[in-house]
Amino acid sequence: MKEKIKFRESRSGAFRALVILLTVVTVVPLVAVLYYIFRKGISVIDWHFLVSLPKPVGEAGGGIFNALIGSILIIIMAAVIAVPLGVTSGIYFSENSKTRIYNIAHLFVDVLQGIPSIVMGILVYLWFVKPFGHFSAVSGSIALAFMMLPSIIKSTEETLKLVPPTLKEASLALGVPYYKTILWVIVPAGLSGILNGIILGVARVAGETAPLLFTAFGNPFLSANIFKPIASLPLIIFNYAISPYDEWHRLAWGASFILVVIVLTLNILTKLAERKWKVQF
Amino acid sequence: MPGQTNQKSAVKGLIIRETLFRRTLSLSALLIIVLLLCMFLTLLVSSLPSIKALGLKFIYGQTWDPVANEFGALPFLVGTLLTSALAILISTPFSLSLGLFLGEYYPRGWFSGLIKNAVELIAGIPSVIFGFWGIFTIVPLVRHLEIKIGVAPYGVGILTASLILSIMIIPFSASLIRLVVTMVPRELKEAAYALGATRFEVIRYVIIPYIRSGLSAGILLALGRALGETMAVTMLIGNTHAIPKGLFDTGNTMASVIANEFTEATGHVYFSALIETGLLLFVVTTVINIIGVRIIKRFEM
Repeated sequence: MKEKIKFRESRSGAFRALVILLTVVTVVPLVAVLYYIFRKGISVIDWHFLVSLPKPVGEAGGGIFNALIGSILIIIMAAVIAVPLGVTSGIYFSENSKTRIYNIAHLFVDVLQGIPSIVMGILVYLWFVKPFGHFSAVSGSIALAFMMLPSIIKSTEETLKLVPPTLKEASLALGVPYYKTILWVIVPAGLSGILNGIILGVARVAGETAPLLFTAFGNPFLSANIFKPIASLPLIIFNYAISPYDEWHRLAWGASFILVVIVLTLNILTKLAERKWKVQF
Repeated sequence: MPGQTNQKSAVKGLIIRETLFRRTLSLSALLIIVLLLCMFLTLLVSSLPSIKALGLKFIYGQTWDPVANEFGALPFLVGTLLTSALAILISTPFSLSLGLFLGEYYPRGWFSGLIKNAVELIAGIPSVIFGFWGIFTIVPLVRHLEIKIGVAPYGVGILTASLILSIMIIPFSASLIRLVVTMVPRELKEAAYALGATRFEVIRYVIIPYIRSGLSAGILLALGRALGETMAVTMLIGNTHAIPKGLFDTGNTMASVIANEFTEATGHVYFSALIETGLLLFVVTTVINIIGVRIIKRFEM
């Protein structure tokens, strides 16, 4: 009897040790990725790297200015496209959670989130690149906007559902029309959560490469024309990474470092904001 | 009286704005539905030339040769299934322990908080950077292994792609598993402890059976991610068109062949065959996601 209890207890201890061991083994490569990028990237970064254009193979130096500007432009445009639709459908979801439209659309948001990014690239190519005959920055933004939608919609819906119904009822009882109640009482109450969702959406798409391959395409020169091909950080990393030149690998490490810093900062921002301003009543 | 008409028109304006507002809301929800249906239809219509020209040969054909106008996608189907299945196989023990560690053993405390946050941040690292990192770390490791066991030392290939995929999906499936582990009712666990069960027995006979469906949903959703993952795999799989015969063979997945060839596809059928590959990917990931999300939703209720 005692033997058996001893066996069971040691088995329990062994399992716990195994879980801890596997957890540590899992965390090591994950942290190694970060460490590697920081170590390789930080030595490349200087002012010159940030503000100069790429140079041809063989010439030393060169930077990622065009890709940085391109990425910022594409992402801002994507947010401008995605936010209105995302917020309005989020409001609809939070207000009408029993209709048939809700059931289907809600499921479709999950489907949209699961669509492989490369397929999104094909779709936007067919819709906005092929008919016009050339790649363009704006088509890249549209692809990213589609990918951003789910996180904006979901966070809008979830925050607004947390706003207590008494607030809404009080406003309606005072004779405030429904649309004003939503726009001036409910939405401001959940504003921090909505903003959080937008930042999360931006962080999610900032590093997306596959949808840009056939849309924004890339451009070795500085461009701010939204109807022309444009460079972006993820694409420049991809192109330099698969090239055989050490000098280009160096540039890719620098670009990776910048991209990771941007994405991590956005993610940390949302985490801090969530802790501080989470809707609590 | 003028005042009355003023009031009347004010009410009228209000009603108009009110209906306009409500219409805008339902319209935007409808737009999501229309958008998704349009996506499916676009892919379907653009694949028609290849569906007509190739028929079922697209699925079982083994040669993909744009010059000879032959497009059999079987090598890519095999490549996708092989890398995704391997990635799931490799990652599941790790994500399960990470989920148990954070959800059951140490749900609180600064250390698990640190791990939880670190893992979530790493989930945000772009796929292309994972691929780039893989070229410099995993490829030499695999090459080393290949030299040791005496196969052609490419470094890239099915195994390399599966390894990077499993690293990329661990944060995602671990956070899902953690979520379902924390949902196991306290009474169930305490009842088992009161009967004299050890920690391991509680996990084995109470927690695991309770979360079985949630666990399978987590694995399913991770599979959905792995199937569609593009950049890292494209950079590490070797991009060859033959059916991979072993772990160390190079290959291609559906996503990577699209990424490599889409902008260069010149022929009508060639272009359409690539879109059909995308359609297949779309349909498979959609079905997997719907099932997975359904199971998770049922779990949350």
